[in-house]
Amino acid sequence: MKQILWISTVVLSAVAAGCAHSTAPTPALRATAIGAAIVESSGGKQLGTSGSMLPQPLVVQVNDAQGNAVTGALVTFRAPAGVSFDPAASLTDSSGQASTNVTLGGTSGRYQLTAASTDKTGKSFELNITELALGYQEQIGYELDQNYCARCHDQESSAERVSNYDNLAVKPHAFTDGDTLNKLSDSDLTAIISHGGPALNRSALMPPYGSTLSKVEIQALIAYIRLVADPPWRVTGVVYAKR
Amino acid sequence: MQSVKAKFVSFWRALFRDPVLSFGVVSLLLLMALAIAPAKDHFSEWRHYQQQYLRLIRDRGDAVTLQRHFQGGIRQIWLPELGVVDRCQSCHTGLGEASLVDVSAQPFRRHPVIPHRLDEFGCVICHRGQGGATTAAEAHHSMLAREEPLLPARYIESSCGQCHHVALAGTPKLNDGRNLLGRYGCVRCHTVRLPDGSTMAATDDPPPLTHIADKTSREWIYAWLKDPASYAASATMPNFQLSDADARDISAFLIANSQPLPGDSLPISPAAAKSAPDPAAGASLYGESFCASCHAVQNAAGNVVGGDIGPELTRVGNKLKPEWLHAWLKDPRNYDANTLMPHYRWTDQQLSLLTGYVQSKTDSDFLANVHLDSATPQQIAHGKALVTEYGCAVCHEIRGIAKPENFAPDLSRVGSKPLAQLVFVAGMQKTLPDYIDGKIRHPRTFGAGLRMPQYTFTAGQVDALTTALLSLTDRSFTLPTRLQIPAQPMATYQPAGHAGKLMAELNCFACHRINGRGGDMAPDLSWEGSAVQRPWLDAFLKNPNTLRPALIRRMPKFNLSDSERAELTDYFMAVYQTADIDRDSMPTSGYSPALVEQGRQLFYSKYSCQSCHQVDPKQDKGYIGPPLTQVGSRLDAAWIDRWLKNPQALRPGTIEPNQNMGDEDAAALTAFLMTQKTSGRQEAKK
Repeated sequence: MKQILWISTVVLSAVAAGCAHSTAPTPALRATAIGAAIVESSGGKQLGTSGSMLPQPLVVQVNDAQGNAVTGALVTFRAPAGVSFDPAASLTDSSGQASTNVTLGGTSGRYQLTAASTDKTGKSFELNITELALGYQEQIGYELDQNYCARCHDQESSAERVSNYDNLAVKPHAFTDGDTLNKLSDSDLTAIISHGGPALNRSALMPPYGSTLSKVEIQALIAYIRLVADPPWRVTGVVYAKR
Repeated sequence: MQSVKAKFVSFWRALFRDPVLSFGVVSLLLLMALAIAPAKDHFSEWRHYQQQYLRLIRDRGDAVTLQRHFQGGIRQIWLPELGVVDRCQSCHTGLGEASLVDVSAQPFRRHPVIPHRLDEFGCVICHRGQGGATTAAEAHHSMLAREEPLLPARYIESSCGQCHHVALAGTPKLNDGRNLLGRYGCVRCHTVRLPDGSTMAATDDPPPLTHIADKTSREWIYAWLKDPASYAASATMPNFQLSDADARDISAFLIANSQPLPGDSLPISPAAAKSAPDPAAGASLYGESFCASCHAVQNAAGNVVGGDIGPELTRVGNKLKPEWLHAWLKDPRNYDANTLMPHYRWTDQQLSLLTGYVQSKTDSDFLANVHLDSATPQQIAHGKALVTEYGCAVCHEIRGIAKPENFAPDLSRVGSKPLAQLVFVAGMQKTLPDYIDGKIRHPRTFGAGLRMPQYTFTAGQVDALTTALLSLTDRSFTLPTRLQIPAQPMATYQPAGHAGKLMAELNCFACHRINGRGGDMAPDLSWEGSAVQRPWLDAFLKNPNTLRPALIRRMPKFNLSDSERAELTDYFMAVYQTADIDRDSMPTSGYSPALVEQGRQLFYSKYSCQSCHQVDPKQDKGYIGPPLTQVGSRLDAAWIDRWLKNPQALRPGTIEPNQNMGDEDAAALTAFLMTQKTSGRQEAKK
């Protein structure tokens, strides 16, 4: 009788362990240290394809009150539905950094991610990071930008493409310059792309692309410009009344 | 048993003792049965979502428009030709409403802008799932026989690939994946047949191993087989995860099987080696020959810098025998008739310089621990068996081993493979994309005795490959042919005669495209004879450094002899012409000063060409297009005139915008540009 009891206990506990294994998430991480502030190290403001993993991992650093890196602090990553992290929580390494691979959601647009940790008093402190997801239209706009526009509008030079920005007497606006470009309506942007700078009384150094790019391509380019604008561009037009 | 029967009988009597009561009960039952169908309809999931949608749009500024667009009930797209019966819009009611841009909650999100109309293609062609279903669970997640779940958004570009077999601007991941299938030779073992009947072709260039003992040592072969990435970070050869003994035996077989090739070994004369002018001369010859346009080298930071047409050279000194390299640089086609390496006409001194410089690229740790005893006949025989087993001859030419056909499973329809036919590894999500992803990442974990090698792909590359493989569906074969956009096969154009042979030796087609054949690294030369002036072309071939000196990837200097250069120039000027341009219709000089001045005004004001081009290097700074300081000595006037009116007509895809220039403006600008000639002083300097 005793033997049966013993066996059934073993079997039951094994079943329980099996169930626990299949339902419980990965064992919770335990912070071995705590910090006071969280800063971005790299991987913010990336351009990715919607539904895909960002090209670079997101790396954040946890510092103490003196600004020194903290090893072993627990960082958890949060984001709107559709975004996934691998891993969603991690402990900072010997240089105080926690890294995660971000997969963006299936729709294009700006994604606001949050990296959070807790301080001594148990209060949470966090860092907001923005990532951009290119949809179909924005992706085409991005390719067009890389081929035609970025040569002048992007100040950054690479080995493959030397920027023409410094060579121009009148400086073009970066596409991220939301302060300027958000003020231009879609039809203004269409006009300046199609007919060149003089269409809006601006410099003739901006040539007309209306016979080179199709209407669909110009719309795609504008969708891309709206996506990367900083401060973000907001839809105008229809007023959404709330009762 | 008895008691149950008794109970039933007493219940029956209690119920039907009264005929009125029995009539009432039966009527009630009938009524309830009749109510089931309308109730099911009323409480259906889609009706619930439609009510939610109406509540959502009620408070919006454009509620009236949205309500007018709204159609209740089951909505269906029926396209018999495509086999589409999609009822997705019964719940996804706002798919076509552009003004719902701020709504992120499903199922009410609008569809992003795409080039196709919903009512022409339906939903499942791109998104998969069960279009006919009217519950979310069945439509999205069903995995029953012949049913499939929704395609995750990260692979959505694969659906474009069912019809579009050419690269699209909006599908970078799919394009990337297809390129990888060719570049890593996946399609050498796995046949991929496309709906138009063609077969996907590999774009890698695995070297023949017939004379390998002339080229390298057995130790290097061993180390390479054990881990190709340890020799070259950008190696496309995968890791077959061979045991030490297997790698030893294969290397023994390859060396024993190799046949010496006459002229494959060229000793470097000590006199030539000593006559090096200075230690940096080799490096500068490597630089000015633009070897880096095709060959990469890993720098101290671990980045692989340079082109990917030829093999990476980071540790090439550990691999090659100097005598072989010397002979190879002198004439690469002696060893490999189909190599992409151009035949540079280097002098003997340059050859020994370059050989010495390339051989100096070594890593003292590599091969340090490789010690092989001389091979036994048993080892060689075992090596031969292994070479056959692993299918080495699918990619490499190996003497005495026939190229196996259909070595690995055909992947022509892998994107529709039924789940019932797949064997999953424990702990894996049981979906087709996850299966393909796992097979690419860790092919050997799927069972014992599998031969597929281990590749070192990044996460992005695995995603791209999975996307490309998922595009190979059953549906792509059954879609109407009017929807199919087949890939453009590369033209097989071959220039004839002695000039054609010269162009093959220099491998012009690796970078330039002519008549539809060739690469896109350098300008299309199909109409070069209509574009340029003969003296310029001759001088350019002599010293290609003159046009766009700031570019990294540049035309190398091939050191052609005077007669070779003249032959090539003659051929270009005579053959590569367009019938649309009459070279003699406009003069190369003698334009009136007034017209030239008008052209100058147009150049600097109306068209502001100086934003991209330079005419006067002192004041113009634009550096996107080529400098025009000597354009009057370079280009033909009729070509300039035609180019100004429509650049894309002469070179499709060029980034110079088409400004719809009128005849008068184009003539004036042409006159101005034709006055920009090589000055006498610069001529004298050469």
